[in-house]
Amino acid sequence: MTRKTPLYQAHIDAAARMVDFGGWDLPINYGSQIDEHHTVRNAAGMFDVSHMTVVEIKGQDARAFLSKLLANDIAKLQQPGKALYSCMLNSEGGIIDDLITYFISENHFRMVVNAATHDKDMAWLEKQAGGYEVVVSERRDLAMLAVQGPDARQKTANILSAEDAESAMALNIFQAAQIGDLFIARTGYTGEDGFEIMLPADAAIELWNKLLKEQVKPCGLGARDTLRLEAGMNLYGQDMDETTSPYVSALAWTVALKDEREFIGRSALITQKAAGLKQKLVGLVLEGRGVIRPHQSLINAAGDIVGETTSGSFSPTLKKAIAMARLDRDIVDNCLVDIRGRKLPVRLVKMPFARKGSVCDGILD
Amino acid sequence: MNDVPGDMFYTESHEWVKMDDEIATIGISDHAQGQLGDVVFVELPEVGDAFTAGDPCAVVESVKAASDIYAPISGEVVEVNELLENAPETINDDAYGEGWLFRIKADDPSEVDGLMSAESYVEVNSED
Repeated sequence: MTRKTPLYQAHIDAAARMVDFGGWDLPINYGSQIDEHHTVRNAAGMFDVSHMTVVEIKGQDARAFLSKLLANDIAKLQQPGKALYSCMLNSEGGIIDDLITYFISENHFRMVVNAATHDKDMAWLEKQAGGYEVVVSERRDLAMLAVQGPDARQKTANILSAEDAESAMALNIFQAAQIGDLFIARTGYTGEDGFEIMLPADAAIELWNKLLKEQVKPCGLGARDTLRLEAGMNLYGQDMDETTSPYVSALAWTVALKDEREFIGRSALITQKAAGLKQKLVGLVLEGRGVIRPHQSLINAAGDIVGETTSGSFSPTLKKAIAMARLDRDIVDNCLVDIRGRKLPVRLVKMPFARKGSVCDGILD
Repeated sequence: MNDVPGDMFYTESHEWVKMDDEIATIGISDHAQGQLGDVVFVELPEVGDAFTAGDPCAVVESVKAASDIYAPISGEVVEVNELLENAPETINDDAYGEGWLFRIKADDPSEVDGLMSAESYVEVNSED
């Protein structure tokens, strides 16, 4: 039995092709996921992300708890509304989940974690909260809508009162505010500007319909995946999991080791680094025709397997296949990818592949 | 499943076959292209390749997944749809027409009698 979001009927009305995504009945596309992808790169699209888990962390020890829980440093959040991307690690330095934390007040932080990891995340949060004056509670009463694309902010502002529109447009990147009924954050998972909006579940359909009237196009999970891949953003469970640390997941930038802060996983990360890292997560562009998929082998000139793709798809912006792959750290030269027995050359590139409407420098020859 | 042409034969793996004497034109059904989503790459057989019914003989890749295409009947490839190299999305736009994949000279044209009619194909897939 799959769960339905408050926007389920809106998806059906928009002729969505629905799929079971981690126990949720969600749209994969509304016709063409490539059209939806281009709409987000060039105009504005919206995604129902109500399946994601919103967690409130409240209490006098909220900051101290998060300082222990997260590999990134919650101390970076000093201004209310600011957001921080971080991994939540186990004691071996493996990634339990990646998430965004919003600073609402000293006694109140809000976290958005993945849907597929809901049960283990909640269990981990409850377990680690022991000993802290905090209350961890899930918000199942909220819906969440991501409005993304170069026109997304303006189109959202168009449906708000003048005063609310001004507040929304004033948000900086990775900043959020409660504006009327809406908790509006200037964050996303597409490589484009835009908002992620949390709101009462029973108000979701009205917001959706207003955005539809502003020509914001409904977009499904298919486009969401190719957009995030082009933007070089990891997908939990695919590009990283509990067996991989941030260091081998291109997320070293999210690990804050300074100030001797004792967070879960810290000592394991220091040990790993001292021993020398064996792998890295890199971007690949396929030179020829074909599509790279997850779990395909990478082969060096000598014919040895030197890694494996984690994500792979056709990039609508590049019009070529792209991938993320975990490779032996010393591999710097281009290699071959084994696509169903065909060995085709791939080029190693620095991610992201594309964002802000176009292909990034150095990605195409 | 409304517009399944009546003058074609169908397989359980969603290929269609249209016979013109001993020449069979082969493609994938509209239902199949809908399930696959945007087609971005097609790997076709070469003219002269010989297949036995059931052999994998082509690959249609969408953004979502790669899907093997199986020879519905035995024979030798006599023509492939070159248009698909640069416009694979033609399969999404016109699965039963311009989006055909390849043509086979049938070893035994009566082999199609073992395939499904449009009516049976609709019936089988209405259970989804």
